[in-house]
This record gives sequence, C-alpha cells and structure tokens, in this order.
Amino acid sequence: MYGLTFLIWLLALPGAGGWEEQARAQMVAEVEREFRATAKESGKAALSPNVRQALLDVPRHLFVPPALRTAAYENRPLPIGYGQTISQPYIVALMTELLEPKPEHTVLEVGTGSGYQAAVLARLVRQVYTIEIIEPLAEQARLRLKQQGYANVEVRVGDGYYGLKEHAPFDGIVVTAAASHIPPPLVEQLKPGGKMVIPVGGQFLVQSLMLVEKSPQGEVFTRQLLPVSFVPLTGGH
Amino acid sequence: MMPPWSFLCAVALTSACALASEILLMRLLSIIQWHHFAYVIISLALLGYGASGTLITLIKDFARRQFARLFPATCLAFGASLTGGFWLTQTIAFNPLELLWDPNQWLRLMAVYCILLWPFLFAASATCLALIRFGAYASRIYAFDLVGAASGALGVVVLLKLFFPWTVLSLIAAATWLAAALAWFGLGLSPRIGALVILAAAGLWAVEANDLPLQLSPYKPLSQALAVMGSKIVRQRSGPLGLLTVVENSKVPFRHAPGLSLMNPKEIPPQLAVFTDGEGPSVITRFDGRPEPLAFLDQMPSALPYHLLVRPRVLVLGAGGGMEVLQALYHQAESVDAVELDPNQVALVKEDFADFSGRLYQLPQVRLYLSEARGFVTASSKRYDLIQMALLDAFNTASSGLHALSETYLYTVEGLATYLSHLTPKGILAITRWTRTPPREELKLFATAVAALSQLGIQDPGRHLIWIRSWNTITLIAKLSPVTTQEIDTVRKFCRERGFDPAYFQGMRPEEGNLFHRLPEDYYHQAALAILENDSTFFSAYKFDVRPASDDRPYFFHTFKWSSLKELWGLRVHGGIALLDSAYLLLLESLGQLVLLSALLIAAPLFSLGLPRGELPTGKVLGYFFALGLGFIFVEIALIQKFILYLSHPLYAVAVVLAGVLFWAGLGSASLELLRKQLRRFSPWWPVFGILGLALWDLRFLPWLIETTANAPDWLKIVLTQVLLAPLAWCMGMPFPLGMAKLARHWPQGISWAFAANGCASVTGAVLASVLSIHLGLTAVIGLGLLAYLAAGLLLGRSWRLGG
Repeated sequence: MYGLTFLIWLLALPGAGGWEEQARAQMVAEVEREFRATAKESGKAALSPNVRQALLDVPRHLFVPPALRTAAYENRPLPIGYGQTISQPYIVALMTELLEPKPEHTVLEVGTGSGYQAAVLARLVRQVYTIEIIEPLAEQARLRLKQQGYANVEVRVGDGYYGLKEHAPFDGIVVTAAASHIPPPLVEQLKPGGKMVIPVGGQFLVQSLMLVEKSPQGEVFTRQLLPVSFVPLTGGH
Repeated sequence: MMPPWSFLCAVALTSACALASEILLMRLLSIIQWHHFAYVIISLALLGYGASGTLITLIKDFARRQFARLFPATCLAFGASLTGGFWLTQTIAFNPLELLWDPNQWLRLMAVYCILLWPFLFAASATCLALIRFGAYASRIYAFDLVGAASGALGVVVLLKLFFPWTVLSLIAAATWLAAALAWFGLGLSPRIGALVILAAAGLWAVEANDLPLQLSPYKPLSQALAVMGSKIVRQRSGPLGLLTVVENSKVPFRHAPGLSLMNPKEIPPQLAVFTDGEGPSVITRFDGRPEPLAFLDQMPSALPYHLLVRPRVLVLGAGGGMEVLQALYHQAESVDAVELDPNQVALVKEDFADFSGRLYQLPQVRLYLSEARGFVTASSKRYDLIQMALLDAFNTASSGLHALSETYLYTVEGLATYLSHLTPKGILAITRWTRTPPREELKLFATAVAALSQLGIQDPGRHLIWIRSWNTITLIAKLSPVTTQEIDTVRKFCRERGFDPAYFQGMRPEEGNLFHRLPEDYYHQAALAILENDSTFFSAYKFDVRPASDDRPYFFHTFKWSSLKELWGLRVHGGIALLDSAYLLLLESLGQLVLLSALLIAAPLFSLGLPRGELPTGKVLGYFFALGLGFIFVEIALIQKFILYLSHPLYAVAVVLAGVLFWAGLGSASLELLRKQLRRFSPWWPVFGILGLALWDLRFLPWLIETTANAPDWLKIVLTQVLLAPLAWCMGMPFPLGMAKLARHWPQGISWAFAANGCASVTGAVLASVLSIHLGLTAVIGLGLLAYLAAGLLLGRSWRLGG
C-alpha cells in the first residue's frame, strides 16, 4: 500500500501527467482482488463491467481534501471533514454491486458525504437523489458534482429519515448515516424487488454490510454480509 | 537534618496532585478521545515516574547541590506542564481510528504521551529529590507521599463532583504551585516574598484559567451530532461518573429505537440525546402521559417479555433516560422500580427536563433508586416478575470492541444467578444487547446464562431460555420456571408480526430461524445448541472467546483469542479491521513499549554515565525495588477490582480502596521509625510475612464478607473494607522505605536509580496486571503480587541484610 502511495506521489510531481488514470487502474485491480477473496461472503465474485468502468471513470482524488489527494486511490477510508469519511473503494464497489444498478433505475442515497458514491452511481443509473444532513458537506458535494458535469444527481440538504416521497419508489437506496434502526419510511419507499444497502459500524470501521431486500411480493428481509473472507467456526460445527 | 513540616506538606500536596492528575487526565482524555486510548496514553505517560529517577541519577551531583531551588522548581514545572501539556495535546490532530491505516497517527500518539509524560516526571522528581536529600528519613517522606496520594484519590472525586473537569485541571495546577510555595518557605529560600508571589500566582491561576475549552475528536458521536443542521447543546452536567451533554435538534430529530422492527408503522416522539463523555447517545423521550405516542416501544425485541407476562412488577437496571421505564408503562406494568447509578443522569430526567419527560421518575407507579445495578439486586429482598437490563452502551462503541478491557460484574455467572434468584416463580430476566457480526459477546451472554441457571440447580437450562433477534439487537430471556408451549407460541407470533428471528427456544426447528435477518448461517441457533450440549469443542473451535464471564474474570466484552490473531491480523486491511479487538491489542502494544522503555530507563544510568558501584549488589537492589513495585501494584489493582463487587459502586470502590491502601501504607511507613526503635531486632522479613499472611486471609475472608454483609449500609461496608485493608496495607508501606533507608546509609547515589526501578515496575505492572487479570483472573494477580513480595523478601534476606 505504501509502495502505491509513493508511486502516486512520484507521478503527482509537476510535469508527470496522467497519474490518476494509472492510480485508478491499480485501485480497481486491488478492488477486484478483494472481490475474488470475498466471493463466498458477498456472493459477488467479480466486478460487473459497468461498475468497473464507473470506478475507472470517476476521479476519486477530486472527492477528497486536497491534502489527501495522493492517498485517494489507496484502498482505505479517508477523512473528509466534519467527522465524516469517504468509504474505502472496495466498500463503495461492493455496495454498488449489491444494489445491482441498471440504466433505468432511480436511486436514493441518504448521507451524501463527499459525493463519490453518488458520482459512481450516477454513471450507472438514470437518476440519483442524495440527501445530506451536514449543510457544508452538502454544499461542497453539490458544487463538486456540478463542476464535474453530473446532471443526473440532485443533492438535497435535510433529514433523510423520510426519504423523498415525491420521487419514490426507488430501485435502490444507500444509507450511509449510522442509526439505531433502519428507517421504516425508507423501507416503504423501496420498490418491490428493490435493494437497500447500509454499511454497519463506525467511521473508518465497517463491520458488515446490511442488505435490505424487498421481494416482488413486498416481503422485506435483510442479509448481513461480512466484507471479509472469514468464518467464525472451524471444524465440524 | 530533619525535613521541615511545611516541606513534608509540600511533598504530600505534590503527591496528591500527581494522583489527582492521573485520574483527571484519564477523564479528560476519555472525553476528547476514547476511554481505552486514554488508558493507554496515561499508562505510558506515567513512565514519567521511572524517568524521573533516571534523570535525577544522571544529574545527581547537580541535584544534590541545587536541591533547595530544584524542588520548588519541579513543583512549578509540574503545574505548568499539566495545563500546558493538556492544551498542547488538544492541538495534535490524533485520530486513533486511523491507527491501522495511517502511520502518521502513531507518531501523533507518541507525541501525545511524550507531552503528558512531563507532569508525572516533574511530580515524581519532587518525591525523588526529597528522598535523596532526606534519605535517612525515607520512611517519613514516603509516609507523606502515600498519605498525600490517598488524599489526592479522594479529593479528585470530590472536586469532580463539584466542578467541570477543565476547572479541576486548573485547581490541581494551582495546588502544585501552592506546594512550591510551601517548599520555598520550608526550605528557607530567599527572598521570602518569593513564596507569596508563587501563592498569588496560584490563586490567580485557579480563578482565571478555569475555562479551557475541550476539543472533542470529530469522530465522537457528540461531535457528529453537533455537526448536523439544527442541533444545539441544551444542558451539560458533570460528575465523577461522566460529562453529560444533552443535545436537541429541531430540524433532524433524534430517533433512537434500538432494533426497531422494519415493519414499525408508528412515529417516534421527540427525543433529547444524552451523550456521556461524548459517547452514546441514550435518549430522553417526550412523554405527555398518553400511551399512544409510545407505541414504537412495542416494536422492539426488548418488548417480548411484556407479551409473556400480565401487568408485571418490573425492575429496570440502568434506567438512564427512561426508555425501558416508558416501555414498561406502555405495557401497563403494575409497578416499575428503576435503578440508575449516575445522579446527574437522574437529575436530567427529574429536574432539568421534568416537563419534557412527563415527570417520569415522579409517577406514582415508578420508584427510582440511585444505586449500582448488581449491588441493588444483591441487597434487595424484593422479587420481581420482570428484571429488564437496559441497553446502555452505544452501538458503535459496542461494535468496535472498545469495551474489551472494561470489567463488568453485571454480566457474570454470579451476577445473572443473583438476578434470577430475585424473580417470582414465573418471572423473567430479560437482557438486550447489540449484535455483532460475527457474534461475540452475545454468545458469551448465552453461555453465561446457561452457567447461571446450572449454578442455581436447574438441570435442563435449555427449557428455561428464549432468544430472539432483530438486525442489530438480540434479547435473551431466562426464567426459573420452564418455558411453556403457550409461551413459545407467543414468541413465534411476536417474531412473525414484527419481522424478528427466533434464535433459540426449546424445540425450535432450524428452519424457523434466520428468516427475516439472514446470516450466512444461523450462528446464534447453532451456538445455542452447542453451548447447551456442553460441547467443549465449540468453545475451542469458535474463533472468539465466548466462555462465560465470572466474578474472578469479569471481562464480558473481552473475546479475543490468540489462536485467531494471525488470521485476523492478515484480514485487517481487507475489510476485517472490525474483527480485531483493538483495545486489547493496544494494551499489549503499550505493555511492550513499557517493558522496552523501562529497560532503557533502568539501564541508562548503569551503562551511559556510570553509576558508581556501592556497597550493595546492584542486581539485588534492582530486583528488590522492582519486585516491590510489581507486588504493590498487583495487589492494589486486584484488590480494587475485588472490592468493586463488594462496595457495588465502581467509583467509590476505587476511591475507598485506593485511598485506603495508600493511607494505611503511609501509616505503615510512618510507623517504621517507631518500630525500629522499639524492636531492636526488627526483621525486614516481618512486613513481608505480614503481607503474605494478611493477603491470603483477606482473600479467604472476602467472599464470606460479601455474602454475609451484602445488605449492610454503605458506611458499614466502607468501615469493614478499611478493617480488612488496613493491616495488609500497613505492612505494604514498609519494605520500600526500609530499602531506601539502607541505600541512604550504604549507597546514597543509588537512591534515585532504585526509585526509577520501582517507578518503572509500578507503571509496567499496572498494565501487566490488566492483561493477567483478563487471562488468569484477579485472584491469580494477587497471587503473583505476593510472589513478587516473597521474591523481594528473599533478595533482602540472602545477601542484602538490612537489620542493625
């Protein structure tokens, strides 16, 4: 990992152009390795081509504070201010894959943060609505996404608990804001057959990914996925 | 020359301030960072005690020549480095959560404890200088040092009750300057007015500099709540048990409902969030007397007991903001006894937000008890239909394993057996915990409940347990009477209607679980069956330690297993960081650093600047003082832990036992001069034999005392504690000054070096005691402490005879 940082640092020297593309390619290769290693736990053995392309296209270094740009493509979470983080690329990729995004989909994100997850999703679906409760973060993300030409992302400031009734139902929902419970109004705004993904744990510390699924018949159940290749029991238990 | 009284008072005051600073800095760092990091930082900073001895050994000639000026100067430097150091610490952007990602954080952590090392270095230097100057009166100096430390332990608790912690910091700093003024006066320094100037500066400091703003980590839940639009702090209360901050948000309401059903159609009424030391939150829910707005409380796994009982008499342990009390009222409980430890928490509900909370604790069917939960149940003669243990810790804290080092007597085999024995024949004990992926302490709780039921003579514990879960909480129900078929039907219906999964009940079919909240495998059900079958291979095969917690090893949250370390460490950068018990690993890491640094500090004077050889064998002197340091701290720490259970209040136990041990040890040291005068053939073996005999007597006597006087009033328990502690601590106060007096006569240059060895042993021993008590239990730690005393006695007896 530190080797990669050094390489990025070297490439980031004035006059050395195109470092981001190389760093992104390395990041995606690392993410793909993680996918292969955790195929049993996540049910996703590889990145789908469109998600892979989205990760290659979105300039992650523009979503982190300038001082951390050289670390933007490392497979780790980074602080973005206000006590919030940008998730590690592998977690972003896994959450995106779990949503199974399609070009005609409308997705809601609760907890915009840096806007990186919204940017990745925007390249895969028709429309992304994203809500942030920390005003300055929302403003920064809005500006960033606008500057990068994301016309299909709408950033709102406010309480995400009730989702966006006027744009519901959603094919997918991402909830990155920690809570003591899954907001039932969001479950309601999920389309039958839709999926909601919630990273569980603290900042810098994703314990598991919670996948809430609504069957075509409207039944709701959750699946808890470890983002790591680990079985707690050895032997014949 | 005999040390002047005002100088001895300065020694005592400095020592009081040093101990108070230790406790206070731990509190302050727990607020701005996290408790276990505070523990690690202070453990390392305390190495200042050892470093002081080394430093003074290296400048021994200068220290002797300039003693009179150096002593008040170190007192002044202590105060300045205490406040200045804490202020500097706050400017360092140390983020412990990034330690595994960002190597810079290690440098910042080192910077933090290097800064905080200085106040302890200066404080200990003062004692060390006093011992060098008045070595012949070592027992008197040590006595004032210990009695001072004892008053510091008590005093800081009182100060924390009266003032906010940042004010206490200024008061302690001012007191160190008062010590400097006393020493200035006592040592006859000129100009005499210097003492008055220092005194005036101390007074000014105490009055003016008492509002140091705290910079909380931006990743603490309180900081995150305050970053949200519409949030504001509406009240703060502070006490020795924690800093409570109440936050209101009119734009983005708090909606705290652990494990709430995904099918919940009910609104959550307005809530105020209560953060303890920036962690949490727990909540105070608005209550207007109507039950309807509380309907959401029926949509959580913790509501299950109310579907199995009719109008129960309820005991809520850990009532806090009152959510479980409201849940009981919503379900028409006949009466609710609510137990809460922190008076400030109660005052928020009863006084500050009485209207908001609907005067919950003043309702006729609710009785509030200000007490520690287990102690309350032990002392109570009442029986309840339902004992409900509230979910007090925050989800993020629970999920990150930050509790791993905290001992708790709430969730031990003996604890659960006590609750069960206070149930009516058909009564229910209900405990709700957060779930972790993969499960850890949830399984330990189940195993502990099985062991508790067995301890009460129940042959088939499986018939007495029910276990259900939501996506993030799990509720365990234990009964004295077997679970009936009718009750099982109710459980099935309750779970089906709310989308919860049963994890265990007698006769549960595997296909009945893991339906709504699916895990790769139904770990809970599989584990329950294995535990009930008493399958020993399950405990060894499971990659976390989920064996029952006991009163001797009360580390309910510690689930780390050495056999899993290699695998977990390898996974840390592959998304497996949450699987590591970071608190425990940090403890080991700091122990390693302490051992290394202690070795350096002890060796430095021997090899670098050539400590002149004295008449006494260097190795024996080192061994003696090192063994004493280890022995004292092992016995002291393990006794504090043991007495927490008896005195049933963690804070008062620490204050009473710590202050007691230090005070009686101080008297032991003070009585040495008299003893040696009266008994011409006083053997240094006597106190060692005394320690061994009395500690073993205490260990044998303590369980009986706990059992027979559990219902005694607090004052009597404190008196009995002191009666038990006094003779042992009295003996523990003797070996150190005996050795120092011997050094003063035969190897005065070795005093500061021996002081360094003793300081390093105490500081390293404190962390080592924590590690050992997790693995071997508290009794074993006392045993090892006694072995250290025995070793000291042997070293003393073989070739370093002190008599005569």
